[in-house]
Formats: sequence, structure tokens, C-alpha cells
Amino acid sequence: MTAPALPQSEIKRSWYKRNEIAVTPWLFLIPGVLFFIVYVIAPIFQSVGISFTEWDGLGDPVNVGLANYAELFDDDAFYTSLRNNLIWLVLYLLAIPAGLLIALLLNQTVFGIRLYKSLFFFPFVISQVVVGLVFTWFYDPTFGLFNVALSWIGLGPVNVLGDENYVTYGIIAAGLWPQTAYCMILYLTGLNAVDPEQIEAGRLDGAKGMRMLWHVVIPQLKPATFIAFVVTIIGALRSFDLISIMTNGGPFGESRVLSFYMFEVALSEYGFRMGYGAAIAVVLFLIMLCFIVYFLWSMYQEERGR
Amino acid sequence: MRSIFKATTASLGLAAVIASGALADGHAKLSGDLKIFSDMSNPAPRAVMEGMVERFGEMHPDLNIELTVIDREAYKTQIRNFLTANAPDVANWYAANRMKPYVDAGLFMDISDLWAEEDMAALASTKGAMTLDGKQWGVPYTYYQWGVYYRKDIYEELGLQEPSNFAEMKSNCQAILDSGRKCYTIGTKFLWTAGGWFDYLNMRTNGYDFHSALLAGEKQWDSPEVRQTFANWRELLDMGAFIDNHTSYSWQESLPFIVSGDAAAILKGNFAVPPLREAGLDDSKLDFYQFPTITDGVALAEDAPTDTFHIPSGASNPEAAKEFLRFVVSADNQTLINGGDALGQLPVNANSSVDDDKFLKEGFEMLSSNSPGGVAQFFDRDAPAEMAKVGMEGLQEFMVKPDNLDKILARLDKAAARIYK
Repeated sequence: MTAPALPQSEIKRSWYKRNEIAVTPWLFLIPGVLFFIVYVIAPIFQSVGISFTEWDGLGDPVNVGLANYAELFDDDAFYTSLRNNLIWLVLYLLAIPAGLLIALLLNQTVFGIRLYKSLFFFPFVISQVVVGLVFTWFYDPTFGLFNVALSWIGLGPVNVLGDENYVTYGIIAAGLWPQTAYCMILYLTGLNAVDPEQIEAGRLDGAKGMRMLWHVVIPQLKPATFIAFVVTIIGALRSFDLISIMTNGGPFGESRVLSFYMFEVALSEYGFRMGYGAAIAVVLFLIMLCFIVYFLWSMYQEERGR
Repeated sequence: MRSIFKATTASLGLAAVIASGALADGHAKLSGDLKIFSDMSNPAPRAVMEGMVERFGEMHPDLNIELTVIDREAYKTQIRNFLTANAPDVANWYAANRMKPYVDAGLFMDISDLWAEEDMAALASTKGAMTLDGKQWGVPYTYYQWGVYYRKDIYEELGLQEPSNFAEMKSNCQAILDSGRKCYTIGTKFLWTAGGWFDYLNMRTNGYDFHSALLAGEKQWDSPEVRQTFANWRELLDMGAFIDNHTSYSWQESLPFIVSGDAAAILKGNFAVPPLREAGLDDSKLDFYQFPTITDGVALAEDAPTDTFHIPSGASNPEAAKEFLRFVVSADNQTLINGGDALGQLPVNANSSVDDDKFLKEGFEMLSSNSPGGVAQFFDRDAPAEMAKVGMEGLQEFMVKPDNLDKILARLDKAAARIYK
């Protein structure tokens, strides 16, 4: 380029150059946003759309308005699933204190502690399917270790996975095994970040045991607790694989949760009701939305507090 | 879970020897790819499927056959995806109402022209089960009888005879219970096994016509007839005839009880025989009887489910696929694959011979001469899919909580009102 107009070109920089600071972050975000829209946002609206139709997944959908929701309202299986979802939500949270307890136990320096830590973390590494299978054998009413152990203390046999009163609790216990390990790891990293000076100060003031834990350690573990809470709630709402492996929703549908019921009516061997399944999915989404809003809100508060 | 078997150059050497004979003559020259998806994943069926592909490959050396075997349970949910998205040329499925969703959606190819061929007359007995809307949508490759497989040695030890009516069935059962065993093993985790019991109890109590009308949605569940069926079932339940904790087991997991002698019998299709034999029950210990009469005067009817091959409408090589179906149903192949050392089931081609196997002979005899009432497919093949699911769940619940019968029947009628509209 010849150079007589040099000062002009300095003023007339390209549009991108002028807006570089504002635009670049968006450019980097584009792939992520695109995928998020295609794979997360759009399917949400699609599901809501399908939930107003009757569709076998193969032919043409027929619009039925709110009929699917009206039927849900009157469906015993739906309430059973909803009830089980609530039990899952509440009991799954036990993973948090249990994880904290194990983390405190393992947070010391003795010979071989790394090995113990990895052994405790092991259940989280193995696949949920394997966890489910192992617990299925463990609970087996005739040959399982669980009932053998019960017979030592003169109890049993209890058919955990075949009894509608115990089945959900049995599956949750299986789910807690890896989830506790997950929370434990979160707390172990959290404990590394605990300020030794504050512990020291607490000790000088005569705090020990529970008081030390409650007033000095746990407040410092708040970020770890928050993450543990988030992953546990999400884990509880996603509880699908264990149910599918361990009971297939049975006996007579008593261990179903909403996600499994949705799968069953829409996608399983006998499921051809996409519309009804989508209606269940929408309900599940609304429940999740409550938690998501809460999580986002508390993170937002955190950011502002800084 | 999936294995790919390619009958290509590897088998060509062998093929050249055999195909040079008369076998290759008379067949159209086929080339290209033939993609087969199969659900024959249990050991014996899998060997049969691979054997068929190998032999078909030898007859058509230019054809590149790609076989994908998918776990039988997983197949039932995957079929919807691959039929719509990535259709093979040949796929396994089941007869009767079970294929209706795919036929209605136009995913199976109409192969009435194949059925119009002369050779297909030998399959007349199963034509009805393959027909929907007046057209045929697939070919059968095997079917099998259902009935009671029992421990002969236990019966002999207790001095019992094969029962011929419900009273004898119950008195036998009582004797077995008194000896500290259970009468029947069953695993209802996957529900359909309970459907077998209902099929038989209902067909024996109310007859084939009522049963098929019920499953077709023409009768009420909450009716005196159905209640009578459940009352009969309840008699067995109240005796404690079935193994405990059956809701925890699949049918395979329920077999050890009969092998160990903790249970004396199982109501099952003939596919239970190979695993039981493998577990050590030879013909001196294992025997078969037809489900006994319950209501006098009701013609005996049997369950004999038919397994099938179909050509998806998205098939890319339908010519080769049709030739493969012709090969599958041919009399020789039928004799071979249904033999006692292969599938151990019954051939669908009338010109095939039934293997010289105790159970196959008994089953063939029963179906051809002692089933005047009719032949049903099976609970979950005769009823529409949704109804089958709700129904079998109710049956399982009844087996555990017989007191809930009123609730169960009301639920089934409510579901039926929606499904059969």
C-alpha cells in the first residue's frame, strides 16, 4: 500500500479492530453457546412441544393439548415415581455428612494414607452399572452376602430388591456408596485449604472436638459443601442407571423415579408414548429448575459479595 | 455385545468346493453388501445365526455379508432407532401384534410377493401370524411350544403322575410342598414370565377365544371370567406353589432352583431346555407335560411364539435380503437350525423334519394334534405393547399381593380404555 493517507487509515480501523475487546470473548463462546443451544436449550422446547401431542415415535404426532398432563395428574405410577424422587433427594444428601466424616478420618498423615484414600475413592471410579450389579448380588435373597450377614444375627431373609417397601432404600444405599466417595474427595481438597493459623488461634482459645469442627473448620469448607450439595442433588435427580440395572423399575413399578418412568413409557421395550414421556420430562425439568435457579442465585450472590 | 462376522474371502476357499456343486445353481447371482441385525445373542442361537450366515455366504460368494448380533433384551429398544436411522437389510423380530407398530409406521417391507411363491405354501401354518392388513411382513424361522418342564426324578421319588386336570395339578403340588420343595420356579423381574402363567390359566379357564378377545381389547378385565382365572391362580399362590422372591430374578436366574431340586417344575418355552441340559439335567431327570385342563370342556390351546426375520423398508439390498429369507425358511435349513443340537425348537416349514429329540417330538405332537382350541403367540405379542406392559406389571403385582386384585383389574380396564380406543 502506498502511504500518503496514513493518518486516515489509523482512524478508519476495521470494525473488528475497533471492537476487539468486546467481541473476542463472544467469539470464543460461540462454539460452546452453539452446542448448548442445539443440545440443551432447543430440546427443552422440543420436549415441551411433544408433551402436547400423542406420538409413537414413528408415525405423525397428533395434537392432544393438555391431555397428557391431565392423565399424569390421575396416574398412580406417576405419584409413586414422584414420591421415590423425593425419597432419593432427601436420603441422597446423607452422602454429604458421610463424605465429610470419612474425609476428616483420612485427613491425617500416617503411613500409607494415600493408599487408604484411593481405596475409599474407588467406588466412584467404577461404573454405576458395576455398582448396581455388585449390589444386586449383595442383596440376592437366596445367595447374597447381605442375607447371610443378617442370618448371623438371627434376622432375615429380606428380599430387598423384590419388596416394594425396601426396594427404593436398597437402591439408594447402593447409590450412596459412590456418592459418598465423591463428597469425600471434595472435602479432602477442601480440608487442604483450611487455614492452619485459624486452627491454631482456635486452639489457643480452647476450642477442640466438635466445637472446633463446627465453628472453625466447617465454615471454611463452605465452598466444598456447596459443590457437594450441587452434585448430590443432581445425582439424586439423575438416578436412572442404578434403577435400570438393579430392578428395572420393579417390583411392579415401585422403584421407579420420574426419569425412569419417562424412559419406560417413551423409549423402553413396550414404550411408544413419546408425548406422555415428554410430559413427565417437563415435570422433572420443572423440579430441576427450582434447584437450578437456587444454585444460580446463590452463585450470583457469592459473586456480588466479593 | 456386538460382533461382526464377515463371510468374505475367508470362507471362499471352502465355498468354492461346495458351491461348485448343485447348490449354487438355480440361485440368482447376488452381489453387494447384505447387512443383517440379529437378536440371537444367547449361545445356541448365536451359533445358529453365524452358521446360517456362513452357509449363505458359501452359496453366494460375491455377497459381502455383515452380521451384527445385539443382546436380545437391548435389541428390543434399539430396533426403533436402527429401523428409522440406519436400516439393515434383514432384521429379527416377532410375529403378530408385536410387529404392528413397525408395520403401521411403514418400517417393514411388504413381502407378500415372496409369500405368493410356490415354495412358501409349506409355511401356511404361520401365515396368519405374519399377516397384518392382509399382507405379509416377514418370515418365521422358528417356533416353540410352551408347557411344564418338570423334574422327573422328583416326581418318581414322590410317586406322582403327570397331571391331567387342575385338581391333580394341585394335589401333586401339595405333595411336592410337603416334601420341602416348591412346585414351580419363576423369575418375574422382567415381567413377561408372569404373562405365560396368565396365558395358560386364562386359556384353560375361559378358552382361547375369550383369551384372544381379552388381549384384543374386546372384553373387560373386571369380569367374572377373568376373576375366575385369578381365583384359580390364587389357589396356587395361597399354597405357596411358586418360589419366594421371584420378583428379584430373571428367568435365567430362576433356573438354578429347578436344577438344584428346590423347585420341581417350570412353565416355560422349549428354549429353557438347552440351559437346563447344560446344567446337568439329562432326559432321565427332565420331562415335559402339557398344561392340564382346568375347566372341563374348554378346548386346549397353546402358546407357541414365532420368531421372525423381516426386511426393513429402508433396506439397501432387498434382492439379497429376500434370497436370504428364502434360504432361512427352506426345508433343509429349517431342519438343520431347529435341531436338538442347534436351536432345539420347531421348524416352521411343513416339509422339514422335527429333530429326534424327546421335547421337540412331544411339543410337535402336542401342537399338531392336541391343541384344538388354537395357538396363541404370547401375552406380549398378542396384546399391544402398552397394554402388555401394564398388564404384565399387574400380573406380577398379583403374584406378590393377591389382595390387590380389585385395584389391579380397575387399573387394567382404565389402561385398556385408553389403549384400544
